[in-house]
Parts: sequence; C-alpha cells; structure tokens
Amino acid sequence: MSFVTRGFGGGSRDRDDRLPPGQTLVQDFPVLSAGPTPEVDTGEWEFRIITEAGTHRWSWDEFNALPSEDIATDIHCVTHWSKLGTSWRGVSLDTLFENVESQFDYVMARSYGGYTTNVPLDELLDGQAWVATEFDGEPLDPEHGGPARLLVPHLYFWKSAKWVRSLVMMPRDDPGFWEQNGYHLHGDPWQEERYW
Amino acid sequence: MDHLDGNALAGPLADYFAFDVTEARARCNGCGEVAEFARALVFASPAGTVVRCSSCDHVLATLVEAGERAWLGLSGVSALEVRRA
Repeated sequence: MSFVTRGFGGGSRDRDDRLPPGQTLVQDFPVLSAGPTPEVDTGEWEFRIITEAGTHRWSWDEFNALPSEDIATDIHCVTHWSKLGTSWRGVSLDTLFENVESQFDYVMARSYGGYTTNVPLDELLDGQAWVATEFDGEPLDPEHGGPARLLVPHLYFWKSAKWVRSLVMMPRDDPGFWEQNGYHLHGDPWQEERYW
Repeated sequence: MDHLDGNALAGPLADYFAFDVTEARARCNGCGEVAEFARALVFASPAGTVVRCSSCDHVLATLVEAGERAWLGLSGVSALEVRRA
C-alpha cells in the first residue's frame, strides 16, 4: 500500500459529537453491578406501577401483549464509556402510564435484588424511556438486566435499572441506591452530572 | 457477578480508617448478624465498591471514588466494633 489511513477512534482528533464530555467510545458492553445477578423466572415475573391510589400489575404474558417498539439509542455510563447506536426492543413508559393517575411527580424504580434509582416522571414520558426486554434482537441477558430493565438513555446508565420490578410514585425526588452514596440525583451526561 | 471476600477491603479502606477495617466487626441493619468485615461479600466495579452481608445480602457499606473525592457509605451498619490496642 502506498499510504496508511488514519484509524478510527485512535485519539481525540476526530471526536464524535455524539459523545458527551468525558466519555470514551466502547464497542463491547461492559457489565456493572452492585450485587449478585438475580435469577428472575418469567413465570413469576411481575411489573408494577404503584401510586398513592393503588397498584397496576402486568404478568410477563400481559406485558408482552402490550405494543412494543424498536429503540435505537446511544448509552452513556458514568464510568466514562459510551456505546453508540445500540438496539433495543421494549414497551414505552407512555404505554405503561396510559391509565395511571398520580398527584406525585417523582418515580423510584425498584428492582429484583433490591436496587433502586430515582427519576422525575416527566423524564420518563414523551418517548424518553422504556421497559426493555430485548437487546440486539435477542432476549435481554440476565447480566444486562434480563428479563426486563428500565431504559432511560438520556441519563447516565445507572438510571436504567436492571431487573426492574416496580415504579413507585413519590412526592419528593428521594435518592435511590447510588444517589444516596455519592452519585448525582439527576445524572445528565451532557451536563456531566456524575456526583453530588 | 463474581465477588471477593471482605479481606479485599484492606487496601481500599486503609485510607479512611486508622484501624484494620477487615478485623472490625459490624452489625448488619438487615438481619442483625454481627461479623468481621473480612467475612462480607465485596462487589467491586468501576462505579463503586458494594459490601454485602454474608448472611442476608443486605448492603452494609459502599465506597465511591472519583479523583480527589470519595464517598464512604455505611448505611447498612448500625455499629462497628473496633479492637483498641
């Protein structure tokens, strides 16, 4: 060859403008977890939205009968990696909240295994969040949160709770697990809202 | 996810405690078990270190480190017993 082309991703020269500040592109899908991977049998799996008025429940079969959609999105982990153009399938929270009424403005996501994370309700609606059950055309692997995880890709990925079980409406923006222990209450990657 | 035993805390926590934390005994707020930190389950990831009770999996402690700042959470521990020399 008479010349050598410059490689992709070899440095900061041609920084991708889809990368938020302080992030580095990865091709693999790192696994981060705060504990053991819960074994969740879809026969016993249940998804719930809990309000001050009561509980809305979906079994695995009921959940899968809901309209779902393909989601193509970038994801950004607070540990400085980003993954561009990921492919998911899931149910929009607009669908899940269709018949839910609450006076409260904040949501605590609760997971099998005990993990929690807080998100304002207005950041979960209007096409901003899903409960995802597939990644890259395959059922979601347990280490990535299967059978179902929250997907809130405009916030750092710790907000996209693996093994999500419930969304609990709450009157204040109470901190979840990582938010109680050093991480930012909100977590916008474009504002680098990493820590308190 | 694989985990280490609580002896792995000796290095990361040495900066924050003047005593050997692995020998300290902690009472778990989840189940009431009192055990040496060395017996705890340690889940380390780039996001932070999570220390869980070996009896009930309850989170005993967390450590988040970011450059010049660190957050040490002990929300799952009601008290630490420290041996005095």
